[in-house]
Amino acid sequence: MTPKQQRMLSVGSLVVGLVVVSALVISAVDSAGDFYHEIDVVLAGDYPKDRSFRVGGLVLEGSLAREPGSLELQFTLTDTVNQLPVSYTGVLPDLFRDGQGIIATGTMASTGTLFVADEILAKHDENYMAPEVAESLKKRGYEVPESQ
Amino acid sequence: MNPELGQIALIIALMLSLLQGVIPLVGAQRGDFAFMRLAKPAAIAQFGFVLIAFGILASAFINNDFSLQYVASNSNSQLPVLFRFAAVWGAHEGSMLLWTLILSAWTIAVALRSGSLPLDISSRVLAVLGLLSVGTLSFILFTSNPFLRLQPAAADGADLNPLLQDPALVIHPPMLYVGYVGLSVAFAFAIAAMLSGQLDRQWARWTRPWTTASWIFLTLGISLGSWWAYYELGWGGWWFWDPVENASFMPWLAATALFHSLAVTESRGLFKSWTLLLAIMAFSLSLLGTFLVRSGIIVSVHAFASDPTRGFFILAFLLLVIGIALALYAWRAPSLDSAAGFQATSRETFLLLNNVLLVIAASLILVGTLYPLFMDALNLGKVSVGPPIFEIIFITPMLPLVFLMGLGMHTTWRTGNLTAVWRDYRWLMVASVVLAVAGPWLFYGRPSALTAVGAIAAVWIMLVSLREPLAALMGKAQHSRARLGMNVAHFGVGVFTLGVVVVSAFGLEADRAIKPGEALSVAGYEFQLNDLTTGNGPNYQWLRGDVTVSQDGALVAALSPEKRRYLVQESMMTEAGIDARLSRDLFVAMGDPLGDDAWSVRVQYKPLVRLIWLGTIIMALGGLLAISDRRYRVRQKAEAKPPKTKTPQVAKGTV
Repeated sequence: MTPKQQRMLSVGSLVVGLVVVSALVISAVDSAGDFYHEIDVVLAGDYPKDRSFRVGGLVLEGSLAREPGSLELQFTLTDTVNQLPVSYTGVLPDLFRDGQGIIATGTMASTGTLFVADEILAKHDENYMAPEVAESLKKRGYEVPESQ
Repeated sequence: MNPELGQIALIIALMLSLLQGVIPLVGAQRGDFAFMRLAKPAAIAQFGFVLIAFGILASAFINNDFSLQYVASNSNSQLPVLFRFAAVWGAHEGSMLLWTLILSAWTIAVALRSGSLPLDISSRVLAVLGLLSVGTLSFILFTSNPFLRLQPAAADGADLNPLLQDPALVIHPPMLYVGYVGLSVAFAFAIAAMLSGQLDRQWARWTRPWTTASWIFLTLGISLGSWWAYYELGWGGWWFWDPVENASFMPWLAATALFHSLAVTESRGLFKSWTLLLAIMAFSLSLLGTFLVRSGIIVSVHAFASDPTRGFFILAFLLLVIGIALALYAWRAPSLDSAAGFQATSRETFLLLNNVLLVIAASLILVGTLYPLFMDALNLGKVSVGPPIFEIIFITPMLPLVFLMGLGMHTTWRTGNLTAVWRDYRWLMVASVVLAVAGPWLFYGRPSALTAVGAIAAVWIMLVSLREPLAALMGKAQHSRARLGMNVAHFGVGVFTLGVVVVSAFGLEADRAIKPGEALSVAGYEFQLNDLTTGNGPNYQWLRGDVTVSQDGALVAALSPEKRRYLVQESMMTEAGIDARLSRDLFVAMGDPLGDDAWSVRVQYKPLVRLIWLGTIIMALGGLLAISDRRYRVRQKAEAKPPKTKTPQVAKGTV
């Protein structure tokens, strides 16, 4: 290959590569990315019916309930105004507790009143709150603690 | 010692780095030797003062000086002394100080080993590193001072985040930083080359070992982090595609591309401007990574907004560094390219493909990591880009890369003969197909198509990489250490890939409820929870499960998974019980009490998971072998001595 061809090859393959890169990411996120929806929006029935999505809020004080000895549990997620019942089967993260800000990923049950979570995230430390959740809560006048 | 002295030491270090950054640069431009010679002593003195500052902060931690705000927020008198030391870099301010310390350590390493470099090159390299120190030191002094006093002093500290109270944390961040920051050396060499307008094969020969050295640390640092996440985060994953992990992985990919490109520049004098661009890119990505993570812009947007000055400083510094470098590049690079050609089947082509694929992989991760930020900024919704997406977009460029690696590594420069390579290696290809399909089938069950392809890629690269080292061992062929190192590192890639493929395809995981006295069965292993006991650690209370694992009635392992409650921050931690063997890990982690004496547990069977970390260690060893190659030492010695003494060109006695 002559130097000119080499340069064409490298520039060409980079351009093609970057186009492919962007297309790949966009299509992957489009089909598999989990979008965040606020609780009131979900309760109004405005959520994706055929794919999983995320909701976030605080674990309502005293709402955690489970059959003794079972991995199935239910709790209520709140943005301080609206409340969404959530069911989950499995091991809860260490930082899950009353009043903690969490994010749940899953789908709505066909009844449209229960969120069936397949993943619960509570991260970092007790003051940390995912930015999405912090924003939803701030909108409703809740004071979000500042974390390091 | 008095913490104010630490601050004074930092101010002196800042003055010295200004001196180191400006005077030699002016000297090199004017040809003034006295000015240029200033670089080395200034660099050494700068290192000394940063070290003093670091030592003072460390002693404040060890001696529980809670009159310092940073110590009070990140340590506690109950914390074991090793963790008190590691707490120095447990939060933002101290980790920036560590960053700076490592930058100046690399700087004096260059200064002390630069004897064979022409004075104008070495002084420019040291000056660029000095200017980077100016940036980080002023960042610390103006926005992130760890020596701020607390009035009145706290009675005790708020403790180190329990997640970070682990021996691996003592070495993981420093290791990673040594890797990150080491890329600044390649960057400085690139800037020096562009300033001087000289970029020859000799330049590549100087730059290459430094790049490989920092790549070794980066590899081990990332691997340690993965290992730590595996056992300490408690849930058995080894990679989460978390923004923080991606931030360390992107520079790794760029650095990998860089030293492959440097190989072409060194051996053939080609790809010069591309090499420069990669050197700029690798360091820019590591800056971007460190600072984005540190500023919190990705992990949590509100933490970023809570200290706008820090974020603003970071952004300005990033733009300045990348902007100046790229402007210089646009101005100088076009005049550097040489006119040699090569054929489409030569090693040059394969290395070009390697570079393109690695850069694509790095850009994919960059786009995926920043995508949610863009979407949010454009009001298109808040989306999370999770592991399934990253896996798809990462495998796409990496799978072809691994196959091409096997072909490319034994082609020749300039006029590669692909038919000859294929003739040599087709039986290895057949062998790897057989092994990779039959092996999993025999041990784990029927593999899926993607698993089979992945396993073939892994076995193929392992077999191909064995050929030259085996020939050398049997005395049939002579290979340089650099060449052996290349083979070893690629073998490591194969080992790593095999681990990833097998554990992803055949790993099993079960969340179950269990009471003392009960047993559950996963992957043919019987896990029996015998008893639950409680007790006290130095700064936590524990609850420990006594678990025995048996297979076909024979005892295999005894595990003690723990639940810990750290007393200062009142936080719960999970310590997994792991029985590690080369062939598989058995993993038990305690969940929460379910009432009725029952606990939730997560039990996992992880076949070949150890190969993941073993593979990265082999890669790093390959790198080590490569930089110990004679050609990097001979050159050093031959040029360090005046030619009259007629030193033989053998590096006897040099280590």
